[in-house]
Amino acid sequence: MKTFNEQPTTNNQQRFLRLSGLEPLVITAESNFVNVGERTNVAGSRKFLRLIKEDKYEEALEIARHQVEGGAQIIDINMDDGLIDGKQAMVRFLNLIVAEPDIARVPIMIDSSKWEIIEAGLQVVQGKCVVNSISLKEGKEEFVRQAKLIKRYGAAVIIMAFDEVGQADNLERRIEIAERSYGILVDEVGFPPEDIIFDLNIFPVATGMDEHKRNALDFIEGTQWVRNNLPYCSVSGGVSNVSFSFRGNNPVREAMHSVFLYHAIKAGMNMGIVNPALLEVYDDIPKDLLEYVEDVILNRREDATERLLEFAETVQGKTKESKVDLSWRQEPLQDRITRALVKGIDQYIIEDVEEARQHASRPLEVIEGHLMTGMNVVGDLFGSGKMFLPQVVKSARVMKKAVAYLEPFIEEEKKNNADITVGQAAGRILMATVKGDVHDIGKNIVSVVLACNNYEIVDLGVMVPPEKIINRAIEEKVDIIGLSGLITPSLDEMVFLAKEMERQNFDVPLLIGGATTSKAHTAVKIDPMYSQSVVHVHDASRAVTVVGDLLQKETSETYKKSIKLDYESFREKFLNRTKQKEYLSLQEARTNKLQIEFKEEDIYKPNQLGIEVWDNFDLSELKEFIDWTPFFRSWDLHGKYPAILEDEVVGEQANELFHDAQKLLKKVLDERLLNGKAIFGLFPANAIDEDDIEVLSKGHGKFTFRTLRQQLKKRDGVPNMALADFIAPKAIGIQDYMGCFCVTAGFGTQELATAFEKNHDDYGSIMIKALADRLAEAFAEYLHKEVRTRYWGYAAKEKLDNEALIDEKYKGIRPAPGYPACPDHLEKLTIWELLGVEEKIGVTLTESLAMWPAASVSGYYFGHHKSKYFGLGKIKPDQVEDYAKRKNMGLEEAKKWLAPNLVDVD
Amino acid sequence: MSRIKDLLKERILILDGAMGTMLQRYKFTEEDFRGDRFKDWPHPLQGNNDLLSLTQPDAIAEVHKKYFEAGADIVETNTFSGTTIAMADYGMEELVYELNYESARIAKNVADEFTLKEPHKPRFVAGSMGPTNKTASLSPDVNDPGFRAVSFDELRIAYKLQAEALLDGGSDILLVETIFDTLNAKAALFAIEEVKEERNIEVPIMVSGTITDASGRTLSGQTAEAFLISISHIPILSVGFNCALGAKQLTPHLEVISAKSDHAISAHPNAGLPNAFGEYDETPEQMASQIKEYLEKGLVNIVGGCCGTTPEHIRAISELVKDYAPRELLVNG
Repeated sequence: MKTFNEQPTTNNQQRFLRLSGLEPLVITAESNFVNVGERTNVAGSRKFLRLIKEDKYEEALEIARHQVEGGAQIIDINMDDGLIDGKQAMVRFLNLIVAEPDIARVPIMIDSSKWEIIEAGLQVVQGKCVVNSISLKEGKEEFVRQAKLIKRYGAAVIIMAFDEVGQADNLERRIEIAERSYGILVDEVGFPPEDIIFDLNIFPVATGMDEHKRNALDFIEGTQWVRNNLPYCSVSGGVSNVSFSFRGNNPVREAMHSVFLYHAIKAGMNMGIVNPALLEVYDDIPKDLLEYVEDVILNRREDATERLLEFAETVQGKTKESKVDLSWRQEPLQDRITRALVKGIDQYIIEDVEEARQHASRPLEVIEGHLMTGMNVVGDLFGSGKMFLPQVVKSARVMKKAVAYLEPFIEEEKKNNADITVGQAAGRILMATVKGDVHDIGKNIVSVVLACNNYEIVDLGVMVPPEKIINRAIEEKVDIIGLSGLITPSLDEMVFLAKEMERQNFDVPLLIGGATTSKAHTAVKIDPMYSQSVVHVHDASRAVTVVGDLLQKETSETYKKSIKLDYESFREKFLNRTKQKEYLSLQEARTNKLQIEFKEEDIYKPNQLGIEVWDNFDLSELKEFIDWTPFFRSWDLHGKYPAILEDEVVGEQANELFHDAQKLLKKVLDERLLNGKAIFGLFPANAIDEDDIEVLSKGHGKFTFRTLRQQLKKRDGVPNMALADFIAPKAIGIQDYMGCFCVTAGFGTQELATAFEKNHDDYGSIMIKALADRLAEAFAEYLHKEVRTRYWGYAAKEKLDNEALIDEKYKGIRPAPGYPACPDHLEKLTIWELLGVEEKIGVTLTESLAMWPAASVSGYYFGHHKSKYFGLGKIKPDQVEDYAKRKNMGLEEAKKWLAPNLVDVD
Repeated sequence: MSRIKDLLKERILILDGAMGTMLQRYKFTEEDFRGDRFKDWPHPLQGNNDLLSLTQPDAIAEVHKKYFEAGADIVETNTFSGTTIAMADYGMEELVYELNYESARIAKNVADEFTLKEPHKPRFVAGSMGPTNKTASLSPDVNDPGFRAVSFDELRIAYKLQAEALLDGGSDILLVETIFDTLNAKAALFAIEEVKEERNIEVPIMVSGTITDASGRTLSGQTAEAFLISISHIPILSVGFNCALGAKQLTPHLEVISAKSDHAISAHPNAGLPNAFGEYDETPEQMASQIKEYLEKGLVNIVGGCCGTTPEHIRAISELVKDYAPRELLVNG
């Protein structure tokens, strides 16, 4: 037998399969089975095929991302389809993947039956890939040529058990081809044996044909032989093939995959393509099913197939019933309570808690014992990524109901026994949305998650002034203060609070969270103000770990130090980086403004000038306009709708959440529980004095919008834009137009949320707020369409579906003050005055210029076909000065409002 | 080849320091860069250091000489930008072969002089192959992450021409260095393998990556170990890091590859990190004291300097390494 001639053992480095993306993957003898993600394969995933065909590479990338997030250690990419230009698609997709560090961190498997596609792929990936696959099918000469090139490109290779005669379909042929391939590669090509992976063909079993009976067994025995006789190589395969004859019966397929893998891994199979969603835990397979499946896989009985087929029918039936399976109600009490908490079932919790109370010596024991035991399981599952945020919030709902039921009993006991001590919480945490800000979805989620982990939450609600936060923190002796905010002025509030905490010698850690907050802002602006710990928590799931690290005696000092250092170095790096950017003076930026050649024929006079109010708008009109993707994001479920519903990792959870949302949405719409209102106006307008827009409102005179201009130095030919560039200057004598608007779906939200909270249902409370936000956004989308097609009418003929709307494919824009194109919130005041927003529809502005109710959207309308969304970026002090003059306000005040956009000068 | 390999088992070899820093001292003007031959060249040429091998060959030879005198075993050719891709900025694609050939020849002549004088300390020439000014796995356009300014094949062809000229001019070693983007380096290695196969020769190859900042990754995002794995398919003499960081900042990354590689390990760091004016101001003594840590930990086999280093730095380092054994090498003959 030809075997690899072993090198003398002078090497430090053993011969392991080493692969790399941005990070290494070393597969040693001790490594667990390496799972190759296969959803980015046009042959394996219909959805991926459709996205590639429709040129939706962004969405296709999401599939790759989910694979990696879901634990794939390598991702297999295949573009072999008759209707796709495979080479072009492979190169384009790989180039896009390389630009996504969270995908590109894992090695890539370039999968094609065409050599030219493989080679094109190898030329665009820097890491060490796996080629899938080559074989002796076309003869030795071609095999050697390809292997040499793969070696020179620096990739590992999968060798199919295939030769000039055909595919290996029994044990002897598998051994024959593997041995021959290995000999050629190692001895003739000089291919490193550790870079060889054999795919020994996994074929279906239980097909009813005698010649297929040994298919699984031959693979397993072949694997054993290869690993024993061909040193250092690996064995791989596509597992789902084995259960092909049971398509449609997932319980049996899952069991077959597990049994097959169990034996194949024991024999030495160390990597493969497995859909984790189609895998049962070996130990959890029911004994009878296990026996039938093992009979088939290991070919232990003549009638194995018939017996499994017969049994399979009963298995299929059973799983359908299991949806209303109440057998868990027969389990012991603690198991029932734990299950109710983990699954978020509140149906039986009162009766279970009552049973527990009767057995306990004191009612408090039920909370500290039964309920906390269950919540610890929830905490562990969430911490290890096996539960998702919406589930945890549901668990909290069950917990709160249980506690609420017990409270009267605890009070009663206290009356009778004065020196009773209440159980010790792990820590007390103050949570508040800062002054001037009304957004609290994120804050509430973090509160619930922390409460689930046995922290006591002191929630001060929204628009909390700093002195109240400080006083309550002292009174309640809290261990941590958590601040949240969504609009940019809130950032300053947080800085102010950090200063106050420093001045008053606080020593508790400060947590920062919310949509506009960032590690950069926290490190650069907040952290230096407070000598104690400041931590930015970017999502709810991080909150538990951060709080744990901060409060646990053993870890807290080290953690606090490391955070401080981390922010310090981040800050230095950040400041160095910002300094490197070049900015223009305002004068230079104005010279490089966007030059639109305004023509009479490009400007459409609105069909209806002036102001229009809609009261009591029927929100059910908006259903199709809802963009669901941000809804899932607010629950920490990341991915695009509707793809997220099919997602391998979060799909199930997303479906459940979506279902609950639909149910509540239907109720809200059917019973008209929320009140939709809108106001908008279209006016003659012209740009004046470079960056301002003068608007004429009939009977009310002139109003001026001040717009801000980009100052970052651009590439040649790229303008420094301001919104005023989209409006014809007064000087050229052409009358132009613009509009502005405010919509709300928020009236009624607070009442509904409060009702939920009274019923201990945070899940419902967060849900209704998230839905109101979506409705407000949808309302803005709807109104914009109405304005474009009817009231202004410049796009009377447009026909766009919702997806096209979300992708902003329409003509004209509706930028909102406070967002990237015009981050200055102050302009809202002008809109309010011009339209009379508060008087006519009742939406008000807080001192930080957040809108109340929170589920509201306001903005401008620009109609010129050249107008587009852009980000202002940073501006220089000269523009702030100029702006203060234009607005006739103090420089310090202008600085305060524009602070988030001001270039750092220190 | 075997001579260098043998020497590597015996002692730590010294690589030279910065060429650019030394050339700045000559304060060459546009006219000096042009010389007579290029006086009517349509592009401005000041700053095209590689061109000085043709227009100021004596200066180049003098720098090499100073480094050898300071104790260097290996000097790098003045060819950091000697590819058709990088030379396109000056419209000098046609001159690439000549530039590399002459640069190698100048260095080789100086090396031979020293070897003749001091046969116990043979001197070597490493043909320097820089990263070019384009990256194969990064998009220069933030709005189009899928775009690439250069392809693998374009790089492979450019590097092949450079490698051939460097070898023809007398280079003993090829040094693929300052690797920002591993894919560029893989194209260079691919090209060298082609030359080796066509000429049926063996060439010692040194590979040196660049960790761009404190994130500990290359510009193209790889960790030190991922970088090592990505270039290990080619038989190489050494692997290591140069540029971007000072000796101190480089230590943790050298530890990673030193522990995970059977190749010789090289390091040629900058003279510290740039100060507020973008200058490198670590003194020879300061740098040597940092490099002492490499030696005490047994991390390196080849050590030299990159940006900001001078013959004085190299002298300090070469004095220092005399007292230390090289990192143990277990490579087969």
